[in-house]
Amino acid sequence: MHDMSAHAVQHGAPTSFIRKHVFSLDHKVIGKQYYALALVAVFVGMVLSWIMRIHLGWGSFAIPGLHFLSKTGAPGDVMTPEYYLQLMTMHGTIMVFFVLTTAPFAAFGNFFLPIQVGAEDMPFPHFNMMSFWVTFVAFLVLVASFFVPEGPTLGGWTQYAPLSAVGSVAGPGQGLGVVLWASSIAIFCIGQLLGSLNFITTTLDMRTRGMSLMRLPLSAWAWFITSVMGLTAFAVLMPACILLILDHVAGTSFFVSSNEVINGQILPHSGGSTLLWQHLFWFFGHPEVYIAIVPGMGIVSHVLITNMRRPMLSHKVLIYSMGSLAVLSYMVYGHHMFVSGMNPYSSLAFSFPTLVITIPSAIIVLIWLGSLYGSKLRINAASLFALGFVSMFISGGVSGFFLAQPSIDIMLHATYFVVGHFHLVMGVAAMFGIFAGTYFWFPKMTGHMMNETLGKLHFWLSFVGAYCIFMPFHYLGIAGNVRRYQAFTDDYLIRLIPVHKFITIAALCTGFAQLIFLYNLIYSRFKGAPAPDNPWEGTSLEWSTATPPPHNNFGDKMPVVYHDPYQYSVEGATSDYIMQTSPERLVNPHEEK
Amino acid sequence: MAKIFAVTIILIAIGSAIPILMHTWDMPQDISTHGPLIDEQYKDTMVEAGISFLASQFLLAFFIWKFSDPKPGAKIKRFPGGATGLVIAAFVLVGTEVLALGVFGAKAWASVYFAPPAANAIPVQVQSGQFAFYFRYPGPDGKFGPIHVDQINEATANFFGIDTTHDQDSKDDIVTAEMAIPVNREIHLLMHTKDIGHSFYVPELRVQQDFVPGLDLSVHFTATKIGKYEIVCTQLCGLGHYNMKAYLEVMSQEDYDNWIKQQAALQ
Repeated sequence: MHDMSAHAVQHGAPTSFIRKHVFSLDHKVIGKQYYALALVAVFVGMVLSWIMRIHLGWGSFAIPGLHFLSKTGAPGDVMTPEYYLQLMTMHGTIMVFFVLTTAPFAAFGNFFLPIQVGAEDMPFPHFNMMSFWVTFVAFLVLVASFFVPEGPTLGGWTQYAPLSAVGSVAGPGQGLGVVLWASSIAIFCIGQLLGSLNFITTTLDMRTRGMSLMRLPLSAWAWFITSVMGLTAFAVLMPACILLILDHVAGTSFFVSSNEVINGQILPHSGGSTLLWQHLFWFFGHPEVYIAIVPGMGIVSHVLITNMRRPMLSHKVLIYSMGSLAVLSYMVYGHHMFVSGMNPYSSLAFSFPTLVITIPSAIIVLIWLGSLYGSKLRINAASLFALGFVSMFISGGVSGFFLAQPSIDIMLHATYFVVGHFHLVMGVAAMFGIFAGTYFWFPKMTGHMMNETLGKLHFWLSFVGAYCIFMPFHYLGIAGNVRRYQAFTDDYLIRLIPVHKFITIAALCTGFAQLIFLYNLIYSRFKGAPAPDNPWEGTSLEWSTATPPPHNNFGDKMPVVYHDPYQYSVEGATSDYIMQTSPERLVNPHEEK
Repeated sequence: MAKIFAVTIILIAIGSAIPILMHTWDMPQDISTHGPLIDEQYKDTMVEAGISFLASQFLLAFFIWKFSDPKPGAKIKRFPGGATGLVIAAFVLVGTEVLALGVFGAKAWASVYFAPPAANAIPVQVQSGQFAFYFRYPGPDGKFGPIHVDQINEATANFFGIDTTHDQDSKDDIVTAEMAIPVNREIHLLMHTKDIGHSFYVPELRVQQDFVPGLDLSVHFTATKIGKYEIVCTQLCGLGHYNMKAYLEVMSQEDYDNWIKQQAALQ
């Protein structure tokens, strides 16, 4: 807990438009900037997925106007094989990095972490501003690859070497496209490192009087745990990307071995290791799964508690479980490499922690379910999406039992089963966490309420639609449908095309349902009903300040915290909810020893 | 609305389980000697995952149905046993489950990767390259000649870079674009890639293994059913990835002997 005078925010309220809305030092503005970036990115990523899905369902269908995106990639508006792979790569990269990492962690975390700990801002506002603008530049660099002669890379979001390291000789987009991809991700890593540094320091050093670590809301804990993962995982991915760039521009051979022959030419490389890239990438890549999902766990817990009118059965158990996920996430990454040629004994060594990681995941789900029991659940758009998150996390989680075992992975590796698994548990669940957070915090962020009816409609279409899209992916994978195929030639996959058509229709419908959300977001921002300071009758610090919060978050008087974060339905209390800042003495507070 | 939501969750859970129970899109029929262990492991996992999935979704739906929109003045109730009971349940139930899966799964994995190939296993070399597989049989001498990467030339169909002029062991090597093997005989598949990463996947054979540049890997298996099966690449390898395939023909020993003679005559 900090001495408030020592950490007074070092920047006054900005007066110019540029410093207020563009190059702002205010964590709240930066949080909104991250949210806006994620919003643009998610619609770009979604449109790319539509184009891919239409192609998978009806391969010869000409998508009107597609040639405007690429004349060579879509002559006559019909996609070429390589262009499918290029769009697929961009879809995965944009979604994982610029949506699933930025929205739940960087956007909501930036806006609410300092407020939930009771700080005026983050300790390094200039780093914070840099982190967003660096991320923005990373996005521009990635999108720029659409406009270079050969287009973006086609190597998938995992960019396995040596396909990614040998240059244009391996295919269109594998030259400049890869360099732009790797540059974008390396730049992105810098932004996340700066952001993580701020998050960690804010949590450890900027808490207001009375705010012990265990009094932090679960959302704040989730952002803190995620920032520790971010600091360590992105610190590995960044040098990996730099080495990949060097293989392209400096003639090095970090990821290319000797004697590789392409187009009749022996490549001028020697001594590199193909598997080195996979180890470095997945050492980042598996923690990245939790970087995407742990903030969602925290946000959903926070939203559920407010709407259940009770704390979770155990605050500490949830925190320790999320922490366990973070630690174990570094020990399990090799399950992506069971059939990679890695030593088969290593596969068993990676399999065991992968199976063990289901235990903290199960504990989290059981605590959610056990806390729902006997609660006073309020149904609204935010709580629906939070409950939808729980359902999706269960559905996506159980398929992990299969993929944790190397023997079964022989069958399911690189099939649609894997695609269904990670889309449910990391994509849809994380998106539901973002939606829950949006419906819940939008009033505080903007001063306006969102339309509840539209929010619920958005939920129903998204919930049913997401299951219609991603559950069949598992069936396809079980039947042996290999992923990353742009067409199904005359082979054993032909009989699965009707399933693909069903998925495509579901994806288009679910995608259009997101336009309801976009409309609600924009309309409510300008025309939504004015929001009160505490519309959901919450207890944490964001609800004890004005809506929207002032520049220094709490006005003239910094808050003092008297209670654990979730004092709902406390026996003998004067109200259904007791704010953390309320000095009221509680006879039977919710406290864990 | 909460009750509709609860019913929707239950319908989705049951609807998701039906194709699995009805075997609508099942794994392709196994044709290998090691496959039954993998299939058994898959079925056990499906039972355990299925029960976890249905039980969790049903509980979620039931609690949403039961505890939403409470009457004014309702009091919260504590889950019997509290968090401690649930943590113990997770450790005992899920812990036992994953331990069992881990131990039995290791047995299936070991059967594929830890046991060495039999001494009389038929060696076949497979070479992958953008976007085709080629196969090499050692001929009567039972030995493969070395690969000379500088002599790989697709125009002259020298896919393996074989030097029949100087290498004695290469003279009788047989190179084919299709893989044929005799039924019920163990095959020792030696894997080599000439360019980038690829993979060798035959779903019916329960075999999937990546090709890694710079590493010579191998797998061994025995096919138990005569038929023609597809070999597909599962490692993204470029624009023609979706079309990188070959066929595996499992034959009777007699047919295989004839086939290999025909192929030798074509070299």
